[in-house]
Amino acid sequence: MSHTVLQARDICKNFHDPVTIQVLKNINFSIDSSEFVSVIGKSGCGKSTLLYILSTMDTDFEGELLIDGESMRNRKEGDLAKIRNEKIGFVFQFHYLLNEFTVLKNVMLPGLKLGKLSDEAVEHQAMERLKILGIEDLALKMAHQISGGEKQRVAIARALINDPLIIMGDEPTGNLDKKNSEIVFDIFKELAEVYHQTLLIVTHDQSFAQKTHRIIEMEDGQIISGH
Amino acid sequence: MTNHRLIIGIAKSLLLARWRQSLVAAIGVTFSITMFITLLGFMNGLNDMLDSLVLNRTPHIRLYKDIKPNPDQPIDLSDVYQNDYNFIQSLKSSGGRADIYNSGAIMQAIRSDDRVVGYAPRVSSPVLYNSGVVNLNGVVNGIDVSAETTLFSFSDYVTSGIATDLKNVPNSILLGKGVADKLQAELGEIIWVTTSKGEQQPLKVVGYFQSGIQDYDKVQSYTSVATAQKLMGKSNSYITDIQVKLKDINMAPPLAKEYAQVFQTDAEDIQTANSQFETGSSIRSLISYVVGITLLIVAGFGIYNILNMMIYEKMDSIAILKATGFSGADVKRIFLSIAISIGLFGGGLGLVFGFLLSLLIDQVPFNTAALPTITTYPVNYDLVYYMIGIAFSIVTTYFAGYFPARKASKVDPVVIIRGK
Ligand SMILES: Nc1ncnc2c1ncn2[C@@H]1O[C@H](COP(=O)(O)OP(=O)(O)O)[C@@H](O)[C@H]1O
Ligand SMILES: [Mg+2]
Repeated sequence: MSHTVLQARDICKNFHDPVTIQVLKNINFSIDSSEFVSVIGKSGCGKSTLLYILSTMDTDFEGELLIDGESMRNRKEGDLAKIRNEKIGFVFQFHYLLNEFTVLKNVMLPGLKLGKLSDEAVEHQAMERLKILGIEDLALKMAHQISGGEKQRVAIARALINDPLIIMGDEPTGNLDKKNSEIVFDIFKELAEVYHQTLLIVTHDQSFAQKTHRIIEMEDGQIISGH
Repeated sequence: MTNHRLIIGIAKSLLLARWRQSLVAAIGVTFSITMFITLLGFMNGLNDMLDSLVLNRTPHIRLYKDIKPNPDQPIDLSDVYQNDYNFIQSLKSSGGRADIYNSGAIMQAIRSDDRVVGYAPRVSSPVLYNSGVVNLNGVVNGIDVSAETTLFSFSDYVTSGIATDLKNVPNSILLGKGVADKLQAELGEIIWVTTSKGEQQPLKVVGYFQSGIQDYDKVQSYTSVATAQKLMGKSNSYITDIQVKLKDINMAPPLAKEYAQVFQTDAEDIQTANSQFETGSSIRSLISYVVGITLLIVAGFGIYNILNMMIYEKMDSIAILKATGFSGADVKRIFLSIAISIGLFGGGLGLVFGFLLSLLIDQVPFNTAALPTITTYPVNYDLVYYMIGIAFSIVTTYFAGYFPARKASKVDPVVIIRGK
């Protein structure tokens, strides 16, 4: 049974630097659970801006954002952090691991922050995620000692740690070579098909998008197809 | 809270990843706390020494008979002028007795007062010392050696000879070092003492004493109460001063008033007699606090710098923590924990080094003619300074860490992530 995981209603976003430009214009769409959605569009059309809003990190916008049926309007910063921790997994273009920690600890941190399980259970779950992504033997390496493709897989494992409602990715393959891009794409596909993970991935890679369930196409801050 | 452990854990990792800078910051704190502890220990050691120089051997209350005009003048007794305000010009002090009236009964009463540790009677008289052709003005004090020693550490200041000889050797005298030097009086020598009434008496020098106050040592000398009474041709009830030591020094002013009233004598309390010493002590303390706090503030800036640098370096990490669900408050706590860890570590080390440095200073020889009982620099090891030191280091590092931590908590992850 599928339900609506995320809904954008008339989302508009302006930058006022130095003159006011409207970057997002009346964005309306929703994502159901288990959907594998890609967002494509030319560089500068507002994809990242949209994703930051959807991930609750950017709260300065007009319109309404609902996650899991709940409005994100007028929430405290701490509440939003909690929602991100519990419900959203994020994968960036640049890998963004904490270099002071091991791979395993990087994956564990959001789980420890959630605090629902004991440290041992979180560690066990983190190892499970690393196994799914085929990098369990990197667990005890420091984050800065591994390759770019591996880092991105660690970031995906981290995004998965709290069984999020949705995983968002901002050009997660944008900085990887062809082989690693394919590995990462295959992982997303496996997550979608085997684990029914809901995914919203921004990309400018047309062939990547073609292989997803649904493509949302943007142009100049508007959705032109795939609502 | 598990969250607390997590925050501390993250702080620890960030700290250890930059352990060199963190150590430098901690050493700044260590240095200032070390100086703070040493300075306070040393300054207060000096305070204690100077206090003991004066306060410990000063009676808390001194009962005496002042020379002043009689408050009851005949005109006040006259019926005619009863309702007038009477001015009397050129009024002279009434002569007569310099001793305390009814001293025996007063001492009895003081002995049974349970606010009192003890008392020591004195008979003081101006005299002329003669030895050879030298005549010297001075004051001879008849004292009860055992009482003076237990209450006012008298024997500590006897540098040659034995204090109790005053009691054991008849007609003996202990000369102030200055007096002895001027008279060239050797131990065992006989000197002559002449009172203002013209009576002369040979006394045997059994020792010298050195109070640390030279002007005092140039005039004073001690003998037994009985010898002094005999010297002055008075009976054994003749006592000019009764020196009282109290259990609580702060009780001195009210009790002095009470005694003055009850015993009908003059009474002076230690606070009134020595107010200038209190001022000196508090100014020395103030100086050490000011220097200590200044050093700590400098160390605080060190911590502030390190944390600011760390935050600039860790912008990505902060953004990631926030993106994955750590709140601004969590981030703030992480950086505050780092600051306070530096403070605690640096401060704790500072206490140890401060203690060691104090021990070292305590060993340095310090000989001065004025202070016969002191052989090394005085140091005070009061635990309070150590507690103040560690409290200061935590407070300073907290404030030094607060502003960088707040800045970190306000980092907007979108700006950082987009900036890449
Ligand atoms: N902080 C900002 N201030 C002003 N304009 C911005 C800011 N961030 C992004 N923009 C503009 O918003 C538009 C959309 O940017 P972005 O969402 O990053 O596009 P995309 O991710 O699709 O390449 C761009 O024209 C960009 O220049
Ligand atoms: Mg972008």
